[in-house]
Amino acid sequence: MVEPDHHHFDTRALHAGQRPDPTTGSRAVPIHQTTSYVFDSVDHAAGLFNLEVSGHLYSRISNPTVAVLEERLASLEGGVGAVCTSSGQAALHLAVATILNTGDHVVASRNIYGGSHNLLNLTMPRFGISTTFVDPRDPNAFASAILPETRLVFAETLGNPGIEVLNIGAVAEVAHDAGLPLAVDSTFATPYLMRPIEHGADIVIHSVTKFLGGHGVAIGGVVVDGGRFDWAADGKFPTLSEPYDGYHGITFTEEFGTAALSMRARAEGLRDFGGCMSPANAFYLLQGVETLPLRMARHVENTHRVVEMLDAHEAVSWISHPSHASHPDHELASRLYPNGAGAILSFGVHGGRDAGRRFIEAVDLASHLANVGDAKTLVIHPGSTTHQQMSAEDLASAGIGEELIRLSVGLEDPEDICDDLSRALRASQKS
Amino acid sequence: MRFEVDGRSVYAATGAVPIQRARAEELPLVLFVHGAGMDRTVWSQQTRWLAHHGARAVAVDLPGHGFSEGPALSSIAELANWIASTAEALGDPVHVVGHSMGAFIGLETAAQHTDTVASLVLMGLGAAMPVHPDLQAAADSDNPLAADLMAGWMHGPDQKFGLNPTPGMSMTGTSRAVIETSPKGVLANDLTMCANYEGAADAAASITCPTTLVLGRLDRMTPRRAAQPLVEALGHARVIELATAGHAPMMEEPNVVRATLADHLAACR
Repeated sequence: MVEPDHHHFDTRALHAGQRPDPTTGSRAVPIHQTTSYVFDSVDHAAGLFNLEVSGHLYSRISNPTVAVLEERLASLEGGVGAVCTSSGQAALHLAVATILNTGDHVVASRNIYGGSHNLLNLTMPRFGISTTFVDPRDPNAFASAILPETRLVFAETLGNPGIEVLNIGAVAEVAHDAGLPLAVDSTFATPYLMRPIEHGADIVIHSVTKFLGGHGVAIGGVVVDGGRFDWAADGKFPTLSEPYDGYHGITFTEEFGTAALSMRARAEGLRDFGGCMSPANAFYLLQGVETLPLRMARHVENTHRVVEMLDAHEAVSWISHPSHASHPDHELASRLYPNGAGAILSFGVHGGRDAGRRFIEAVDLASHLANVGDAKTLVIHPGSTTHQQMSAEDLASAGIGEELIRLSVGLEDPEDICDDLSRALRASQKS
Repeated sequence: MRFEVDGRSVYAATGAVPIQRARAEELPLVLFVHGAGMDRTVWSQQTRWLAHHGARAVAVDLPGHGFSEGPALSSIAELANWIASTAEALGDPVHVVGHSMGAFIGLETAAQHTDTVASLVLMGLGAAMPVHPDLQAAADSDNPLAADLMAGWMHGPDQKFGLNPTPGMSMTGTSRAVIETSPKGVLANDLTMCANYEGAADAAASITCPTTLVLGRLDRMTPRRAAQPLVEALGHARVIELATAGHAPMMEEPNVVRATLADHLAACR
């Protein structure tokens, strides 16, 4: 049987979306540090503003450097297109605001990033959009929570911080049976470890800030449009299937079909909300994406070494990483993530909150900060930082205890990472 | 928009400009016809622009494709009759813009329904369109591999890298999704029709309406040389060759195709 004629993943991580600049021969992606673009004529300008022709007109809506990153991420995820945003949170907001209207409802995993939980639980209700949070390990819980006004199912492919492994195919089936799209935040997995569209997801969101960038120097997000969901099937998604006065009565599903979501997200979402990515940040993030396959393989390898070390350490009360046999999703992860289930894990330290604080203060190589997915090893205490706005009840519901430490395993020599953590664990037990 | 042809519902993109009765010489009626396993959206770079530049643009979903009611028809001749019925439903002779299988349909319609077709603009075609047996086998079993194979073959080498004219979009990803989401069995039926159609050269020899061919020199599905018998049979056709385009010039070189359409329609006036 003949093989499809596409470049492989590692090649696309380096090349997708770009050819050498035809004017200068520049091999690297140039930073198009410009706000705007000269029109060929009045007619050309009118055509761009009216979505009759494609091209760049203003960098809030599109930019050549950002477009390379967008096309590259769309290619790596297997989507029809992508829209980059100023942050991962802006990406989630863009997806929600493009699809939903006042009175609509979301069914979401309860084990998601604290900022995403805040957006759905506290902020979107101010705009008339409500959310029911459910156990991501139970596809039936998603089904039971779906209401007549539900318009979106949302979860993280690898939960935060417990690394709950989403059974994407099962949850996608639940969503599709109800005529709903499944959006997933796949920040912790990256397309190197998981391509959710291949498993049935319709929208993939990333904080590009994390492993995709990998260097911790630029904030960014992306919405990747899978292009397989039928937005016009039953009138549930009027922003996409009904005429829009914002572009003289255009109907996005009629004109753009599989690309309806990404076209509306850009044409309305970036135009009106303005959460665009800067060209300089796109350039930085592209540098990271070029080495994504190499870095993720090393992240995973180092993570397995760290899990082994923690498993044997007497100061550790429990470990939560899908590679560990005790993880509830160990078997599912083995099936869905043959190249590893990421480089973020959590663990508990004997001695509760005080021991956790002593551990954090004793690490030397690992950095204590509010980020994950950096080339450097990072640690944080979610209960007092990333998830601090959540109530005690919500924290408990999300499986976040006071003793929980979240670790993002970096690319340092694994012996050095293990030595640092082991020494800090010993320090944590000294009162 | 939706309208009826032969008692069945047809869906079409019109650039969000309602199609109204008008004098054809003032506002020509342009009917865009897609290829195998595709739908109206392959023309998204031309439909809306043309609708705002002196024409009535109608990019149809063929029966059983996209949002049009089925069943899909089973021969190029049947589809040519359907195009004639569509023109009748729209109320005017049509300028047919066809891609690949749609180009075959355009040729056959112009040959069999001379009063219906005002002119032709055809791209991504050869005198014959044999189908790779692995592609046909994958399509016959509704294997997603078929969409993957077509998406890889239909675009020029530049599109293996990308740099889509539409910011942020993946051309191969879009083509794959359009084919993948076509109703079950439709692609297999279309490919079979293309492989079985043997009337292209005869149809071309009988056509007298103004005709423009847009041919990609990097077309791997219908190589440039495969179109030469049609160029010779048509005789009067204007031939536009695109050095970097593959099988889908309307997506790969949208600006050139728009300009070609404008020139073609101006010459038809």
